[in-house]
Amino acid sequence: MRKRTRPAILHSTTLVLLIALSMGWLGLGADVRAQSTTEIPESSAVAPAIAVAPPTEVRVQDAPNDHGHALTVRWKLSTDDGQGQNNILAYRILRTPKLVGPLPMDSAKSGTDLQVFSSPETIYEEAVWRLIPDQWDTLGQVPLGTSKYENRGGKQRDAKDFLPDATPFQYKVIATTAAGGMGISEASAPAQSSGQIVHTSKLQFIGIPVVIFTALVLGFISAAKRGRELYIRPLAGIGAVDEAIGRATEMNRPILYVLGLGAPDDIATIASYTILSRVAKKVAEHRTELLVPCYDAVVMSIAQETVRQAYLDAGRPDEYKEDMVYYVTQEQFAYVAAVNGTMLRRQTATNFYLGVFYAESLILAETGSLAGSIQISGTDRVTQIPFFIVACDYTLIGEELYAASAYLGREPKLLGTLKAQDWAKGMFIAFMIFGLVGAALQWNWVVSLFRMSF
Amino acid sequence: MDWPTTIATTVAALLTLAVFSFLYKDNPFYKFAEHLMVGVSAGYWVIILWYTVVIPKMWQPLEAGKWYYIIPIILGILMWARLNRKWQWVSRYPLAFYIGVSTGVAIPLEMKAKVIEQLNGSVDLVTTMYATQASGMTVVNNILILIGIIAALIYFFFSKAHTGATGSIAKFGIGVLMVGFGASFGFTVMARISLLIERLQFLLFEWLKWG
Repeated sequence: MRKRTRPAILHSTTLVLLIALSMGWLGLGADVRAQSTTEIPESSAVAPAIAVAPPTEVRVQDAPNDHGHALTVRWKLSTDDGQGQNNILAYRILRTPKLVGPLPMDSAKSGTDLQVFSSPETIYEEAVWRLIPDQWDTLGQVPLGTSKYENRGGKQRDAKDFLPDATPFQYKVIATTAAGGMGISEASAPAQSSGQIVHTSKLQFIGIPVVIFTALVLGFISAAKRGRELYIRPLAGIGAVDEAIGRATEMNRPILYVLGLGAPDDIATIASYTILSRVAKKVAEHRTELLVPCYDAVVMSIAQETVRQAYLDAGRPDEYKEDMVYYVTQEQFAYVAAVNGTMLRRQTATNFYLGVFYAESLILAETGSLAGSIQISGTDRVTQIPFFIVACDYTLIGEELYAASAYLGREPKLLGTLKAQDWAKGMFIAFMIFGLVGAALQWNWVVSLFRMSF
Repeated sequence: MDWPTTIATTVAALLTLAVFSFLYKDNPFYKFAEHLMVGVSAGYWVIILWYTVVIPKMWQPLEAGKWYYIIPIILGILMWARLNRKWQWVSRYPLAFYIGVSTGVAIPLEMKAKVIEQLNGSVDLVTTMYATQASGMTVVNNILILIGIIAALIYFFFSKAHTGATGSIAKFGIGVLMVGFGASFGFTVMARISLLIERLQFLLFEWLKWG
């Protein structure tokens, strides 16, 4: 019912307005236009109560360096703004076609006299929007002296301020006075918004550090490949890996390796694959049993590949069994319950907890401690490190986990990257001290360097 | 309480007790609760993934004529090659693609969250002191924080042995970290105790109807 009555209301309103305008009720016409968001303010058809010079040269272009859904409107100020009659109060911005929505999905299927906006995405979204040609939305206004308006809309289709990409819009700018006078510009040429892949203004801030860091990485990798000894200080947790594997071998009990609850692309999980590779190789050499219960199916696939390759490198591919690395479940505490059960039933001699951990960290480490296992842990989740510290024999704190993978692997690429990372860290510390000194001396230009928007 | 609710509450209470029995030692009740939880959750996730991934991210885009979605779908299907010993190697391609892309996406975010924001925050400590005309303990506090940050960063220097001046600063840095970890530990333990209290309240008041 509502869909049928709305056009009728619109038509009757338009009819009344046309009659009023044709009778010369100009003041009334101006007021109605100012309040309405659906009528078209035609400068040629309506003369304002007090004529003022309209803004000119209205130009619209896509807002740069964003994800789309934004257009920038620019215009040349009215000649009565700050000069001439000097009576401009503000500029009102209008846009066509009018956007109506979000509407329920079934609106797209019913026949109406309104144009349905349907990009392929809207088919399975929960809302649709209609574009109504020749009707104008009033977007807002800016004070006198302003010649730019940023029409930044929402990205989500269910947002009230949604502004679709790849859809041409035209704009008008109305100069208004305190006495109700108006000067209406010509409509701009159509323009549409789109997202950009590269944020060019960030390049200057990111580009320089990236170039420096890349040069450092390549330089150190090259040095490592040439055989230059790159020093990395010993890490207690890593030194204990061989000892822990040896202990499990002597006791003839399995080794448990937990990759945590992280996604396959978490940096800590990626670091953990490298350590798993090293552990698996040692385990293969010692012919000890290895258990890797996994929380994520993709992590399991990667871990299986890692362990298989390690067994191959150790010269014992026949010793590798698929069920060494197995999937448990993707429910946090169900996973913990299963791993705890494994620890007590299989009496694991050594437990590794390396990766991303949440609330389960203490439960796992405490059970392992009760079972009498030697435990080596490492995570970059700051809130979980304390639990590992109190319940495990060795803990890799934060970045030590990343360093451990390089330390164990001793591969030129990893060593070179770690060295470059240290240098970069040194530069950041120096930059920070510079910033602190600058801020202490109230050098605003130094402080502004730290206010860059990313 | 109606019968269905009474039965559900009793099952929940018995499962809670079965899990608590692990505190004594591993036993058949815990094993039952563990296997039930693992089985139910694995099944639950299959359904969740069906309705949040397969339908909206595979089926519907194809229905809408977005044929380029066929590329990730093929990559996903290649993962199934793992099940065949002869074709296992094929599954390495989607894995390599996934890890490569997601690591590339993750690194700038990590850079922003863990480096840029830290730098901004550190400088903010000083600018805020000026802006608020801080004095006394606030100034001492902020200076201590800044010294702590620099010392902790030096602890994570791997290219230099922790000896001499570097060793002393690193020792101070790890001390600062431990103070932070201690506070975090105490805070979380309190949260865990509140979880225990909630479970005990459930057993005593909802199940046994005490009080």
